[in-house]
Amino acid sequence: MESIEFEKPETVDQAVALLQGASGNAKILAGGTDLLVQLRAQMLEPSVIIDIKHIEETRKLTKNSDGSYTIGAAVAGAEAGDRDDITKDWPGVIEGWELIGSTQVQGRASLGGNLCNASPAGDSVPAMVAAGMTVNIAGPNGRRTIPVEDVTVAPGRTCLEKGEFVVSFNLPARPAGGGDAYLRLIPRTEMDIAVVGCGVAITLDDAGVVKTAKISLGAVAATVLVVEDAAKAIIGTKLDADAMSALDAACQAACKPIDDKRGTIEYRTKIAGVLARRAVTIAAERAGEK
Amino acid sequence: MSSERREYKWVGTRQIRPDGHDKVTGRAKFGSDFSLSGMIHGRVLRSPHAHALIKSIDTSKAEALPGVKAVITSKDFKDQPSELKPAGEGMVNYRDMTRNVMAREKVLYDGHAVAAVAATTVEIAESALKLIDVKYEVLPHVIDVDEAMKDGSPILDDKMIPIGYDTKNPTNIAKHVEFSLGDTDEGFAAADVVIERTYKTESVHQGYIEPHAVVASVSEDGQAQIWCCTQGQFMVRTFVGQLLGMPTSSIRVTPSEIGGGFGGKTVVYLEPLATLLSSKVGKPVKMIMTREEVFRASGPTSGGSMDFKIGATNEGKITAVTGTVRLLAGAFPGAPVAPACMCAVAPYDIPNVHIQGYDVLVNRPKVAAYRAPGAPISAFGAESIVDELAKELGMDPLKLRKLNAAKKGTKAAYGPTFRDIGYEETIDLAMDHDHYKAPLGPNQGRGVASGFWFNIGGESSATVNINEDGTAVVISGNPDIGGSRASLAMMAAEELGIEYSDVRPIIGDTAAIGYNFLTGGSRVTFATGLAVVEAAKDAVRQLCERAAKIWEVDADGVVWDDGHAKPASSNVGEFEPLSLAALAAQAAKTGGPICGHNAQNVQGAGPGFATHICDVEVDPETGNVSVLRYTAVQDVGRAIHPSYVEGQIQGGAVQGIGWALNEEYIYSSNGTLENTGFLDYRIPVASDMPMIEAVMVECPNDRHPYGVRGVGEVPLVPPLAAVANAVENATGVRMEALPISPPRLLAALDSSNIKQAAE
Repeated sequence: MESIEFEKPETVDQAVALLQGASGNAKILAGGTDLLVQLRAQMLEPSVIIDIKHIEETRKLTKNSDGSYTIGAAVAGAEAGDRDDITKDWPGVIEGWELIGSTQVQGRASLGGNLCNASPAGDSVPAMVAAGMTVNIAGPNGRRTIPVEDVTVAPGRTCLEKGEFVVSFNLPARPAGGGDAYLRLIPRTEMDIAVVGCGVAITLDDAGVVKTAKISLGAVAATVLVVEDAAKAIIGTKLDADAMSALDAACQAACKPIDDKRGTIEYRTKIAGVLARRAVTIAAERAGEK
Repeated sequence: MSSERREYKWVGTRQIRPDGHDKVTGRAKFGSDFSLSGMIHGRVLRSPHAHALIKSIDTSKAEALPGVKAVITSKDFKDQPSELKPAGEGMVNYRDMTRNVMAREKVLYDGHAVAAVAATTVEIAESALKLIDVKYEVLPHVIDVDEAMKDGSPILDDKMIPIGYDTKNPTNIAKHVEFSLGDTDEGFAAADVVIERTYKTESVHQGYIEPHAVVASVSEDGQAQIWCCTQGQFMVRTFVGQLLGMPTSSIRVTPSEIGGGFGGKTVVYLEPLATLLSSKVGKPVKMIMTREEVFRASGPTSGGSMDFKIGATNEGKITAVTGTVRLLAGAFPGAPVAPACMCAVAPYDIPNVHIQGYDVLVNRPKVAAYRAPGAPISAFGAESIVDELAKELGMDPLKLRKLNAAKKGTKAAYGPTFRDIGYEETIDLAMDHDHYKAPLGPNQGRGVASGFWFNIGGESSATVNINEDGTAVVISGNPDIGGSRASLAMMAAEELGIEYSDVRPIIGDTAAIGYNFLTGGSRVTFATGLAVVEAAKDAVRQLCERAAKIWEVDADGVVWDDGHAKPASSNVGEFEPLSLAALAAQAAKTGGPICGHNAQNVQGAGPGFATHICDVEVDPETGNVSVLRYTAVQDVGRAIHPSYVEGQIQGGAVQGIGWALNEEYIYSSNGTLENTGFLDYRIPVASDMPMIEAVMVECPNDRHPYGVRGVGEVPLVPPLAAVANAVENATGVRMEALPISPPRLLAALDSSNIKQAAE
């Protein structure tokens, strides 16, 4: 292993300059719960590590006056989980985030890291996608904001250009009649990687009819999927049995998984339908409660 | 059960373990914690192929890298003759051992060591590994035990001569064993019900948290010191001496604290390499395996496939059992096939039994011991088919087991006739336990299974030194895996009649204490415990002699009672009792230091039996199995320290549940191991488990002064079948292959639903 430079910029501009000026492979450090593991496994040999935790904007979780949230890219899951406002408004987003790793890992693991690790199985991503979250990216050409689902382009690869990094996330205000949920399947009860993950955000009208829905699946394709047919299957319904089986079928049809050590194509496909039904049921209960 | 029971002050109580403070504060030194000044670092180059000829190894570029101090390959080890030599519990073949620690003609598994480097830093050593040029000729490989037995399978060792198996052709079958009792043809003829099944288990790793680690330092005069995490410092001394051609007296091995072994640290991997590197360089060499190396290159236990056939009368009396057990050995012979065959139906009194087994080479790391080696595998088959028999007969599965239970006087199919054993009591307690009567909800099921393990004695040495202030030091020679130091100190305190806190138990290095066979076979509290008791009695005898000298009476006129020398009777004279402390203070004047000692090859290990109850809930849509409740009943002889006995029982049950549900080795089509970490090699995590309730039956072993039986292994024998039987009870689907992982169970549930719909 060659020596690695370690930088702690205090502003976004400094971080961008460091990223842009890096000669070899520059890696961003937020919580480090993926980066350090990959370093130790010798999967990465970066020339410079840029720790963004000292940039104030990356460490703040703010509820804005319109009810939306701005979440710094380096905020840890445990910090968000301690907040009453966001956990009440978006329990599914918090569930996905707080499922990652152990208690110790949750004290560090960030949304920015989980997204930019670009694993199809990242636990926080499907719920972020379902909730309609966007990311604020800083780079040499200034700032841009894109949907979460557009960040990962392939396993391990993001759309970020040289010099760019994720500064923060935008989470919309919880809509009236809204509810969300995230479920994953792992063979154990914790400390595992999703075989399938499913994030759901829906809104119900006063009669209990689904007005809007966004359904996202993780670990069943090269990137996290948005399943529009699954949303269509339940919009306008009261989630009766036919709607649920159409939802199940739509999710199964959308899957393009691989066979690997964590699951087979057949199993992942079936489970995608099961989790979607269960997550929609939970999200609907939550929508009804509010 | 034994009628006599002394009142004990310490035995049977729950004392704080002597190593406890250091372990919870992080002060305890484990294998990788040891360092010496001037130390350099060793790393191992490992095969990327499952099976390949080594055409050449060019180390010149690595040797030229600045900071590299030595590079070794198999050329640096003298070859060993192919012969079985006794080494403690079993036999070893040093020809195989030298090839396992460093591949010679061939690499035989992904991860097989081919070279090792010592350099001033770990980073330089790792860079040097990349500069070693190994030319391989890749050969076809075989991973599966049944495939390896077929004609035309790739052959790992065409020079191997099988034991007990006649063939003119090269074979992967290293050994065939058979155990018979009665006439099974007659037994099946007398049966009303006959069931035949085939079962399969996967190879599983012991899963110890602490990776293998060693520091070796060889001085200019050839004296070697080795510090390592091991289950046997004397085993390390013997094996390193043999592999490197060094006299035993020149090697001193000190065991570290051990972060789990479960049988997997009863062999050597890094120790001979570090010692050889150190002898070449003249500096201490430290080597630590990564987790990936632990999975790729250290020994799991066998996977196996097996056929069982059972016959019984309509009343439930088992008339005959036959079985064939095929166990994968890994790259070299040595699957625990004999114990697998011997233990399979040992809990039962069956007149006609024939069980045979095969030891089969495959391109995987050589297997190592794992708690009750072989027994959990064969018990999975045997206890599953007993459950099927109970279902077929419409009998309660525990009643069926009780009806056929082995008891005192039963002749086991593997040879001996049992003395006092507590198997029936484990069934009775399980049947009476409220767990067995508790209601079950939807998708929930309950399974039971029993298990047997021999336990062993073996060579132990112990010293009890009486200190001048009336305290004592107990020196023994077995690394403490399960709380044995506490138990040894408690027995010594009991014998000496002093406070437990005044007895300090120490684990000696190979130069500090006589030979001890390694920590294994559930032997330490039994066998080394017996040596400690005898050593304490030796010290007491000396204490009585000193009192006799002070009182000027005959030595046999003095008795030891509650920590004091007292006159045996009023005929001896009227003397104030002399405490141990008082005698110790005068030791110099009465004959010098008081040191009790004992060394023996301990016989009379009492076998262990267990019966487990497991409740599961199955998610019918995902195949996920949750263990809801688990009760493990075991005959423990006598629990010296009940907490540590319970800990052994709980740990064994958890490891068995992991084996049953999720643990497996995942190989690529090229024969490389894909799940080389705890993320994808799924041992259970704490939140997966309910509290395991340990219920102890105390049927004392009459050949130990405190009635001790080994307790550490039998708890791993029943869980595999207990879980599978519970899943069957919950779903109606019999899982004949492990692990019962969610994808496998869901596929079985779905195909059973399709079958039912068709009918």
